[in-house]
Amino acid sequence: MADPLVIIGAGQAASQLMASLAQDGFAGEVCLVGDEPHLPYQRPPLSKKFLAGELALDRLYVKPAAFYEKAGSHLLLGRRAERIDRSGRSVLLADGSRLTYSTLVLATGSRPRELPLPGAFYLRNIADVDAIRPRLAPGKSLVVIGGGYIGLELAAVAVKLGVGVTVLEQAPRLMARGVGPVVSQFYARLHGEEGVVIHTGSVVCGLAGKRVVCEHAQYDADIVVVGAGAVPNVELAREAGLAVEDGIVVDAECRTDDASIYAIGDCTSQHHDLVGRRLRLESVHNALEQARIAAAAICGRKPPAVQVPWFWTDQFDVKMQMAGLSAGHDQAVVRGNPDTGRSFAVFYLREGTLIAVDAVNRAPEFMMSKQLIAERAKIDPARLGDEGVAMKDMRN
Amino acid sequence: MAKIVFEEPDGTERAIDIANGQSIMEGAVRNGIVGIDADCGGACSCATCMVYVPEEWLGRLPAKDSTEQSMLEFCPHVQANSRLSCQIQVSDALDGLRLKVPQSQQ
Ligand SMILES: Cc1cc2nc3c(=O)[nH]c(=O)nc-3n(C[C@H](O)[C@H](O)[C@H](O)COP(=O)(O)OP(=O)(O)OC[C@H]3O[C@@H](n4cnc5c(N)ncnc54)[C@H](O)[C@@H]3O)c2cc1C
Ligand code: FES
Repeated sequence: MADPLVIIGAGQAASQLMASLAQDGFAGEVCLVGDEPHLPYQRPPLSKKFLAGELALDRLYVKPAAFYEKAGSHLLLGRRAERIDRSGRSVLLADGSRLTYSTLVLATGSRPRELPLPGAFYLRNIADVDAIRPRLAPGKSLVVIGGGYIGLELAAVAVKLGVGVTVLEQAPRLMARGVGPVVSQFYARLHGEEGVVIHTGSVVCGLAGKRVVCEHAQYDADIVVVGAGAVPNVELAREAGLAVEDGIVVDAECRTDDASIYAIGDCTSQHHDLVGRRLRLESVHNALEQARIAAAAICGRKPPAVQVPWFWTDQFDVKMQMAGLSAGHDQAVVRGNPDTGRSFAVFYLREGTLIAVDAVNRAPEFMMSKQLIAERAKIDPARLGDEGVAMKDMRN
Repeated sequence: MAKIVFEEPDGTERAIDIANGQSIMEGAVRNGIVGIDADCGGACSCATCMVYVPEEWLGRLPAKDSTEQSMLEFCPHVQANSRLSCQIQVSDALDGLRLKVPQSQQ
């Protein structure tokens, strides 16, 4: 019998890959190896409803166990892949066992960027939530290091639980990597209104017991959680001699520079036409899309059309949906008033072409922009900013 | 619990049991109903879990909120009887519901 297709990493990308392989008629055996003790699960709720205790554990799982263990498929959980032997087409696991593969898919995801702060917590896995949640009791104090979306979602949940929350961000503004200044300002106001204390421009120097030490101030905390971005899990690929830049380098079909090895999800770096360069995206949409593309390639089918990248974050009663990639924009247009209330959108244009949107409680702006960005539409900025022009009528 | 019948894009009909409190989307994804992508996992952020509801059932479902309404308006294959399946919690009252899955969520 032919060797199985082996997937390393049992996250959302892997789960979607198995679903898409089945749909695309893949007839071979599949073996899924994951180092966490869980079936593939959704991470977004870890800093939202699951953290808040509003979603039960079993609702995080994408599919039931039976889905991964039907005829010809094996699920190896709690098992870590240590090394890839490309010439022998095999994967060595930490327990010493060896799996030979016909095709290998790396879906190893990413992990939190660690800071030299002993005793600090991170938020990536179910195990992390299990450690953090009991410490978020009313009256306790939490310091979040990093004002990115995960840190801010955590802050929003914690303050609602009655925890005193301080967010320390070293950049001059919140979520600076992902959104424009207008949106950062809005989130600073939102969190302020809800009782979260935010200090931007705060560089953390160290953690002394329960005291967070910054250059010019100190903060006492019952618990400290770091949300300082993620680094891709590329070590296996790198040691196997595969091309790695910021992530595992893959082509349009998610193939690495070894034709029998694919990579999907957070661990990859792929060229994006929208920005005209290679990019590593950390989003559910990217993980699912790359899984669908890789499945089609493995099955020799036509890949699905590439979609505009998108992302969302939920904080308090505010849902922000982002589409496109704003890097390189030369104009930002605001629709609605970001200084009062909780609903507005910012459009990003380059040479008159809409390239991205940040839509704050604005589903129509998000949905319509997704289409317009895909069409590379040139839109009159004055119309974008004019609430009198409905989003439906935005095509010039 | 409710037995809900899905008509998949190729016309195949499949009946599945979904526990109370889960969304229709969750039941569909776990049972591998073809054509329900549900990319955001039920956060009402992606509009890739759309289904068509028969006339006689429309009024018996919990009402849409404004986010669902506006997401739907911009779905490529939207019809007057479209709903986002992640926004409908299952209860005994939905037993026997029949839903049609669109040809594509894109
Ligand atoms: C708290 C949080 C909130 C988020 N919120 C959002 C959101 O609102 N919207 C959004 O779009 N995205 C969000 N994301 C990002 C999203 O969850 C990720 O982009 C997505 O999970 C990527 O899927 P993946 O399968 O590539 O990686 P992962 O889900 O990280 O899965 C990879 C798996 O591989 C395992 N693994 C790694 N190396 C090995 C090895 N050598 N052997 C065996 N197993 C291995 C890992 O332990 C992990 O279980 C969030 C992420 C976090 C952490
Ligand atoms: S699953 Fe995303 S909107 Fe329903």
